Amino acid sequence: MFFYHFGKYLLMLKGMWSRPESVKMYWKEFMHQCVEIGLGSLGIVMIISVFLGGVTTVQTAYQLVSPWIPKTTISMVVRDTLILELAPTMVCIVLAGVIGSKIASELGNMRVSEQIDALEIMGINTKAYLILPKILAALLVIPCLVIIAGFLGITGGLLAGELAGILGKQQFLQGLVKNFNSFNVFFALIKSYTFAFIISSISAYFGYYVQGGALEIGRASTTSVVVSCILILFADYGLAAILLQ
Amino acid sequence: MIEVLNVTKGFGGKMILQDVSAVMEGGKTNLIIGTSGSGKTVLMKCMVGLMNVDKGQVKYGGEDFTAMSEREKKAIREKIGMLFQGTALFDSMTVEQNVFFPLDMFTNLTAKEKRMRVESCLDRVNLMEAYKKYPAEISGGMKKRVGIARAIVLNPKYLFCDEPNSGLDPQTSMVIDKLIKEITSEYQITTVINTHDMNSVMEIGDHILYLYNGLKQWEGTNRDIIFSRDEKLNHFIFASEFLQDAKEMRQIEIMQNRQAQEPPLAD
Ligand SMILES: Nc1ncnc2c1ncn2[C@@H]1O[C@H](COP(=O)(O)OP(=O)(O)OP(=O)(O)O)[C@@H](O)[C@H]1O
Ligand SMILES: [Mg+2]
Repeated sequence: MFFYHFGKYLLMLKGMWSRPESVKMYWKEFMHQCVEIGLGSLGIVMIISVFLGGVTTVQTAYQLVSPWIPKTTISMVVRDTLILELAPTMVCIVLAGVIGSKIASELGNMRVSEQIDALEIMGINTKAYLILPKILAALLVIPCLVIIAGFLGITGGLLAGELAGILGKQQFLQGLVKNFNSFNVFFALIKSYTFAFIISSISAYFGYYVQGGALEIGRASTTSVVVSCILILFADYGLAAILLQ
Repeated sequence: MIEVLNVTKGFGGKMILQDVSAVMEGGKTNLIIGTSGSGKTVLMKCMVGLMNVDKGQVKYGGEDFTAMSEREKKAIREKIGMLFQGTALFDSMTVEQNVFFPLDMFTNLTAKEKRMRVESCLDRVNLMEAYKKYPAEISGGMKKRVGIARAIVLNPKYLFCDEPNSGLDPQTSMVIDKLIKEITSEYQITTVINTHDMNSVMEIGDHILYLYNGLKQWEGTNRDIIFSRDEKLNHFIFASEFLQDAKEMRQIEIMQNRQAQEPPLAD
């Protein structure tokens, strides 16, 4: 069962590479997907990241009870948790729901209503035309969303720190630059590329190969979200174990 | 010309098509008829390669399509236009964009040339008023007509129509039949039509294939059908009393014409 799906998935990825029938149309589709994926999920990403940053600040302050620890430690912790884990992983798990279910149901609907067959009959490589632009758009846009989420998360932390009277803006900013390790940002980017690929390709796989009717489309989109979330967590652990020695 | 040779197809042990063979000639409208569920759509999908045949071959212009590589199939498919039974319009695009799509994908025409082509196609199917609407906003019959416009926009060499006039009123149905017939002989297209519309059968049936229980039960022209003695075919085509009467009238008419044309025997 697993090997069957895995093999079919790999064949799908292999089938995506062929000469585009019309470079212009492929470019148009790619742009369209960038807008769909990017703008479509920008709002939710912004809301989540601001709150994640705020909550992390308040909870870190709550845990650091010792008066010997300087307040700037709070913003250091917030910064590193956000960059290392919350911005890439949490945001991508949410995006697996938002983008993954959208891709799976869009492709599933096209499959069930024979639109994919209609494209195929015209002599278009549907894997190349429908799946590749989605994956490429996700690879471009999701890391950007993660970066935005990182900045907004830190802003949220700063705001919460001030609002709750935990630490002032000055202190927060001081902590922010203390012991800053730029490798962490690089690590976050690697994560977000990996997760972007998982989200887009897994949901495309489940959508593209739907069989049946409307019910199966719903089922495929649920499955794609579940599977991509699990794979994101596996990959998250794997990357941490490999890269954070 | 498309040749179907001993095509056999089943799903999970259930045979749908058995040893079906036929030759679909260019410039003629080839009709596949049969009761609902007799395998018309399956046969058509086997012909265009959306389903793989279990046994047999499909040849386009003498070349074996079933044995071709993906790339060679693509080349043939660029010459195919197809109307699906469920129309399969792209529902994220307007009517106009649906018809533009093949042109955008496969031609280097200028915007103006494309627009002219699209307009002439939509005009031919009487759809000038629905340009900017989405498929969800138009009626079933209109969708069929958009589907036909999209199928013919690239001047295909092979045209497949799965029930082009189901869901259309008799008048529009005639218009569509006439359109298909016209472009078929005009551009020498090989046209294959699935239908159970008796009017189409009589009007445009240059070559008719009757499927029954997965077998090719009968083959002939719309003239032959009037005189056919095949019981199953008669049962299917002339199902109502009204049609029975019409058939007898037509028989008499044809006989009389023939007698009038034959020179009187010299004495
Ligand atoms: N993908 C499939 N999987 C399993 N069985 C199928 C599949 N497609 C068609 N069939 C079966 O094949 C038979 C013929 O179906 P088909 O769609 O060709 O009928 P049809 O002649 O086009 O009927 P209609 O006039 O109603 O469109 C049906 O019994 C159907 O259940
Ligand atoms: Mg059918």
